[in-house]
Amino acid sequence: MSGFANVLTVILVSVGLVFFLAGSVGLLRFPDLHSRLHALTKADNLGLGLIALGVAFQIGEPYAIVKLALVWLLAVLAAASVAQLIARSALDRLPAEGQADRQA
Amino acid sequence: MNAALLLDAGLCLLILTAAVLAMTGRDLFGAIAFFIVYGILIALAWVRLEAVDVALAEAAIGAGLTGVLLIGAWSLLRRAGVSEAHELSHWGLRLVAGLASAATTVVLAAAVLALPPGREGLAPLVTERLADHGVSNPVTGVLLDFRAYDTLMESIVLLVALVAVWALTPASAWGGVPGMRQHARPDGVLAMFGRLLPPIGLVMAVYLVWAGSSQPGGAFQAGTVLAAVWLLVVMAGIYDEPPISSGLLRTALVAGPAVFLAIGIAGLGAGALLAYPDEYAYGLILLIEFTLTFSIGATLALLVAGRARRAA
Amino acid sequence: MMATIDSALLFALTGCVLIGLGLYGFIVHAHLLRRILAFNVIGSGIFLLFGALGYLGAGQGTDPVPQALIITGIVVALSLTAFAIALVIKLAEEEKTAVLDAAKTAEDLHE
Repeated sequence: MSGFANVLTVILVSVGLVFFLAGSVGLLRFPDLHSRLHALTKADNLGLGLIALGVAFQIGEPYAIVKLALVWLLAVLAAASVAQLIARSALDRLPAEGQADRQA
Repeated sequence: MNAALLLDAGLCLLILTAAVLAMTGRDLFGAIAFFIVYGILIALAWVRLEAVDVALAEAAIGAGLTGVLLIGAWSLLRRAGVSEAHELSHWGLRLVAGLASAATTVVLAAAVLALPPGREGLAPLVTERLADHGVSNPVTGVLLDFRAYDTLMESIVLLVALVAVWALTPASAWGGVPGMRQHARPDGVLAMFGRLLPPIGLVMAVYLVWAGSSQPGGAFQAGTVLAAVWLLVVMAGIYDEPPISSGLLRTALVAGPAVFLAIGIAGLGAGALLAYPDEYAYGLILLIEFTLTFSIGATLALLVAGRARRAA
Repeated sequence: MMATIDSALLFALTGCVLIGLGLYGFIVHAHLLRRILAFNVIGSGIFLLFGALGYLGAGQGTDPVPQALIITGIVVALSLTAFAIALVIKLAEEEKTAVLDAAKTAEDLHE
C-alpha cells in the first residue's frame, strides 16, 4: 500500500472518530430525546462513512470496496428509519408537546 | 505490552462492564439493552480471535434475536401488569452467591493458566480431510460433514423448541395466528423500510449460504437474516404471521431437517449414516444448507412470534 | 495487528469472569427475565472460554471444531431462551408475576 493511501486512511479515520466522539458527547449532554437522536444519527452516519472511506484505501480488491459501501448504506438506512420511529413514538407519548411540535 | 494486546485488554474491559450492567442494572429495559451491547462486543471478540463464523452467529443470534425475544417479553410482561421491581435477595444470600461465583471464576482461571503451552488442535486434520469434499470453509466442513450429526440434532432441537412454545397455546387459540397484531402507518417510515429491506435481505441470505462453503457464513447465519426479514415484514404490517395450522408453514419448518435426515440415511448406502459419497459431497452439502437455511429462518421467526394468540 | 496467544489467554480469562458474573446474577435475581439474561451471560462466557482456548495463533485463527460446536451452542441457547421466555409470559399472564415464589408454592401444597 502506498504512503499516500496510508496518509488518507489516517486522516479520514481520525476525522470519522471525531464525529463519533461528538455524537457520543451529544448523546450524553443534550437535554431531550429529540436533540440526542439528532446528535447520534447525524454524527454517527457521517463518522461511519468517513471510516469506511478511510478503510477502503487499504483494500486492493474493488469487490470488497463495494461490500464496504453497501454496509455503510444499510447502516445509514437502518439508523435513519429507527431514529424516525423512536422520535415518533416519543411524540405519541407526549401528546401536548407533540401537538405543539406538529403545528410549528 | 504491544498495541494488539492493549486493544484486546480494552475490549475485555468493555465486555465485562457491559456484562456487569446487564446483570445489576436497576431498570429491566436498561439491563436488556446492555445485554444486547454485550452481545455485539462479544462478536467483536470473536473477530479478534479470527472466528468470523462465530462472530456472525453471535451478532445475529446471540445479540440480535435474543435481544428481540427479551424486548418482546418485556413489553408483554408490562402489558400484563407484572412488577419490574428490582428486588435483591437477602444480603446473606448475596454474599454467599458472590463468594461461590468468585470461587468458580478462580478455579476456572487456574485451570486455564495450568494448561500446557503450545497447541495444535484439530485444525490440521480438518484441513487435510477437507480437500476431498469441495467445501473450503473448515467451519462449514465440520458443521455439515465431519460433525453433521450435531447439526442435524441442532436443527431438530430448534424445531422441538418451537413445538414446545406452541404447546403453551390455550385450546381456544389453537391453530390461530401467533403474536400480537401489528399496527404500522401504511405511509410511515416503518412501512417504507419494510418494503425496501426484504429484497436486499433475501439476496444477502442467499449470498451468506453460498459464501459459507469457502468463506465465513452458512445456514444458521443466513437463516437468521431470513428470520429478521420476516419479522420486519410483519412489524411493518405488510403481511401478517401465518396461522400455525398452515400446511405450507409446517412443510417449510420440517423441510430442512427432513432433507438432511433423508440424505443422511441415504448415506448408509455409501457406508455410514451421514456419509456423503466424495463425488457428490459438495452438491449434497449445498442442497442441505439451502433447505436448512429456509427452515431455520421460518423456525427462528416463529420462535420470536411465540404462541398462537388470535383466531386465524 | 493480529491477536496473539496472549490476547487469546486474556479472552479465555474474561470468559471465566463472565461465567462467575452470570452465575451470581442467576442466583441473586428473583425476576425470571433477569435469570434468563444471566443464563445467556453464563453461556457466552463458556463459549468465549472454549473458543479462546482453541485459538491457534495469528493467521491460523481459531480451531474450526470448537467454532462449529460454539455455533451449535449459540443456536441451542437461543432455542432454550425462546422456550423459557414463552413459559415466563404464560406465568405472567396467568399469575400476574414473573417471580417463582418457592415458599408460597410449598404452602399451597400443604393446603
